[in-house]
Amino acid sequence: MDFRDKQAIYLQIAEHVSEQILLGHWSANEKVPSVRELAAELEVNPNTVMRTYEFLNQQGVIANKRGIGYFATDDAVDKIRTYRREQFLQNDLPLFFKNLTLLGIDLREIETRYDEYINAPTNTQ
Amino acid sequence: MIEFRDLSFGYKRGKPLYEGLNLTLSPGSIYGLLGPNGAGKSTLLRLLSGLLYPKSGYVRVGDYMPKDRQPAFLEDLFLVPEEFYLPAVRINQFVDSNAPFYPRFDRAQMTAYIREFGLTDNQKLSELSYGQKKKVLIGFGLATNTAVLLMDEPTNGLDIPSKSQFRRLVAGAVNEHRTVVISTHQVRDLEALIDPIVILAERSRSHMTVALKATVEEVTARLWFGLVPELDKNRAILYSERAVGGYAIVAENPIGESSRLDLERLFNAVQAEPARIQQLFSTSTFATV
Repeated sequence: MDFRDKQAIYLQIAEHVSEQILLGHWSANEKVPSVRELAAELEVNPNTVMRTYEFLNQQGVIANKRGIGYFATDDAVDKIRTYRREQFLQNDLPLFFKNLTLLGIDLREIETRYDEYINAPTNTQ
Repeated sequence: MIEFRDLSFGYKRGKPLYEGLNLTLSPGSIYGLLGPNGAGKSTLLRLLSGLLYPKSGYVRVGDYMPKDRQPAFLEDLFLVPEEFYLPAVRINQFVDSNAPFYPRFDRAQMTAYIREFGLTDNQKLSELSYGQKKKVLIGFGLATNTAVLLMDEPTNGLDIPSKSQFRRLVAGAVNEHRTVVISTHQVRDLEALIDPIVILAERSRSHMTVALKATVEEVTARLWFGLVPELDKNRAILYSERAVGGYAIVAENPIGESSRLDLERLFNAVQAEPARIQQLFSTSTFATV
């Protein structure tokens, strides 16, 4: 794994784990890799992965079953979406607005383009 | 638990390297030991292994004093030195004659490491390159399963894929009972592997001190790393350098803004402002977090 951007590594790993769950590679109620397994796979300090798991545990994405390890929760996908939505609205959107004002782009143009994007056959979810 | 207490040491009379050095290391972590050339990183590892004796003060490893070199201590510690000599025997012969010194040595583990590093059991050590020899020694050290594993510049001489293997193997070989200490200049190789970070710096009267010992979490709680378009005079900047698009800075972080630790710049900040760093990370400020 490449750790390049400005975000702390444990958060980048949290994103990686979330991605695996969203993509269905790791499903609900399934055991996620142990701290040591994931640390070895990503070549990072096990304490960093521990911090990632504690963070995801707090977010309700994974839960610790005593003595067995961490499992993806029933509503892991919802929890990840909620968290990401908040992150997007808090961090990405202000930047987007900043660029709009900086470049003088009208919100109506954005609206038109958004409609085009949504209606394009390849972008339907 | 490893404890350096009021330790003084020097190679020459009247030229102390350390005076009153204190450092405590706990099991379950991969410590990164950083410091400028000649800061005595290897010396610390040798003091820890009983190869050198403190002039005053002490080093304690669990219940043992390394300088006593008791067998029960020596069988639970392994040092991968930067410079080493290996005899002209085959890998399996080397393992046969050295493994018995380490009660928890795991042969299956060693075999897996040798294979992973692309070597075979019957290769002669004298016919291997420096990097290959180093891999044998690293694999052996990991397989001893000693409570203390010390590695002096382990990635020096390793090729690109081996560095990645090294990180994977070390990340997989640490557990809550083991203390791993890696001294290195190759911070880019090991940035995601070492945590906590110990940095030595020259403090006063030309002797070295532990200017920083902190986890990545503690560092980013107190310091902010990032790129700014201009240097702000109102901001407590400990280190800055020109970068594309402005300045890369290490600044004090009073509001606890999150950022990604940059080990190279942390190192430079500690060398530039050791006293301020020590103050920022002193125990009294820790208590509030």
